[in-house]
Amino acid sequence: MDLNARLYRQLLIIRQFETVLLEHFKTGVFAGTTHTSLGQEANAVGVLSHLTENDIVVSNHRCHGHFLAYGGDPQALFAELMGKPSGVCGGVGGSQHLHWRNFYSSGVQGGTVAMAAGMALAEKRAESGAIVVDFMGDGTLGEGIVYECLNMIGLWQLPILIVLENNRIAQTTPSSLAVAGSIPLRFTTFGIPAAEIDSSDILEIQPLAGELIQQVRVQFAPRALIISTARLGSHSKGDDTRSSDELAALWQTRDPIVIHSARLPEGIRSNVEHEVASFIADAYEAALAADGGKR
Amino acid sequence: MTGSNPKTVLDSLNQGLYQALRDDPQVILMGEDLTDPYGGAFKVTRGLSTAFPNRVITTPISEAGITGMAGGMALRGMRPVVEIMFGDFTTLIMDQVINHLTKFSAMYHGLVNASVMIRTPMGGRRGYGPTHSQTLEKFFLGAPGLTVLAPFNLMSDVSIGAPGQLLYEAILKLNSPVLFVENKLQYTLKLRSAADLGEYSLASSNSAEGIHAPFYRLVLQSAPSASFTLAAYGHMAHMALEALYRLAYEHEIFCELWVPTQLAPFMLTPLIESVAHTGCLLAVEEGTLSLGWGAEVLARTAEALGPSLRKAGRLAAKETVVPAAPELEAECLPDTEDIIKRVLEMV
Repeated sequence: MDLNARLYRQLLIIRQFETVLLEHFKTGVFAGTTHTSLGQEANAVGVLSHLTENDIVVSNHRCHGHFLAYGGDPQALFAELMGKPSGVCGGVGGSQHLHWRNFYSSGVQGGTVAMAAGMALAEKRAESGAIVVDFMGDGTLGEGIVYECLNMIGLWQLPILIVLENNRIAQTTPSSLAVAGSIPLRFTTFGIPAAEIDSSDILEIQPLAGELIQQVRVQFAPRALIISTARLGSHSKGDDTRSSDELAALWQTRDPIVIHSARLPEGIRSNVEHEVASFIADAYEAALAADGGKR
Repeated sequence: MTGSNPKTVLDSLNQGLYQALRDDPQVILMGEDLTDPYGGAFKVTRGLSTAFPNRVITTPISEAGITGMAGGMALRGMRPVVEIMFGDFTTLIMDQVINHLTKFSAMYHGLVNASVMIRTPMGGRRGYGPTHSQTLEKFFLGAPGLTVLAPFNLMSDVSIGAPGQLLYEAILKLNSPVLFVENKLQYTLKLRSAADLGEYSLASSNSAEGIHAPFYRLVLQSAPSASFTLAAYGHMAHMALEALYRLAYEHEIFCELWVPTQLAPFMLTPLIESVAHTGCLLAVEEGTLSLGWGAEVLARTAEALGPSLRKAGRLAAKETVVPAAPELEAECLPDTEDIIKRVLEMV
């Protein structure tokens, strides 16, 4: 499979997983809450495709895409969301609290930045060569602990790439009502060089992320990547207050699946789509059947 | 600092930290103003940055940040020790303790440990005023996954139970986050062993949660059997010990004093057995009354004993700010006289 087809497959795995997830919330298989990353798949795939085995990922409430792009097993994630013993964390963590290998996510805004910074300090002291990638959102910029940690990350030059997925909406609040001043200055003022990109295109995001990760790795020092992106779905399941016109325009112009699929020849594209659809369907069925079929 | 037997609680804690740094390379100290020549606001870390230059980190004034970072370090196998300069500032780390450190192990399905030691001095009687004199550990007691320890200036023999030993074992052996509550007035107290207690008889009861966290029982030697049970910890227990002595000699009321060094999880069996005999219990604490340590001690004792708990009381700080003026502060916080008065009212 060539690179474009591989990237398409990875994007599609995330999209297909969350599409099935949302469908089966309606049928009652999944309960509780969830936050999907519809529209932000290219961030997860573009950044995490550069990691090596010992690197660490810290994610947040919107973590399914990151988990799957990290290499997490869709069946184990389905099972986790079904609340099953065979889930990633035995059903205790649920949608927002995942840990597998060097992947960690948690649900309180801001604290995950501290967690990631601490991990980067531990790896720096151990001289392990591992780096940390921390995903945060524009909404997280309202939390005070973020600035405490940016200060220490800059002060101690910790090996971390902070990926700020700026979808310009925090739950239902547009960033125009929540974020003052400049986002990149928030990083550079603490001595953390920041790069910005406004794109949902995997072929634009991936090389820039690779450059920054290489800088973190070689210089063992922090970087920030601010990706202006579009959240195509609700904050959680049905709580979108944006107009249907606004959403329709975003789906038309900012869907990473649509953007990238145009690059693939029809035959390859439909092969990938069929393969991913059955891969995710199988994962779902296997999760459902696991643990004696019981929830 | 490190060679001789420690003489005070402060020396003992300092020695415990030294030994933890010496014995485990994964131990690291973080906090504000920790490094020499200052050595920490209360000098508990004095000399340690000189002995271990790369392992004692003076941090910005960012309590939440450093506590959260300590959680991340612990997830990667380290055993960080965080000093919060004043116990009052533990409000700033509440989210990190409740929503992060104590959650990791259970929510990640037992795949990780979060061995973070958080040390902090609580308490008043130094005239520091409303935001530097409080006793706030009650807000942390009962948080699932959190161990709360409070040292006492006694050891059951030369090696077990001393404040520094408790700290050392908790840092190296506990796989849960720990809040280690020191009291500012404890630091200069002399460390006493069973042998130099003189008129008191000391028994230490359990070791909790895999470490030696003694539950001390103190009675006057050769006194008639006790008719009253006192419960207190930390510096308040030091005052209760004085009250026990005076109640015996001035009022012929004989008490047993129970002093836990592990506050949470609550493990009160020996205390409850004592109250089963005396029928009377007074719990004394320096924090405010409502929903405090004493409330839980009384509730558990009442649940266990039913009507054989004949009299039960709590003595605690007034439910207001701790004033700066010495006379006003003294009125606000319970002391030896208050304990004696309350026991006399109850018997």
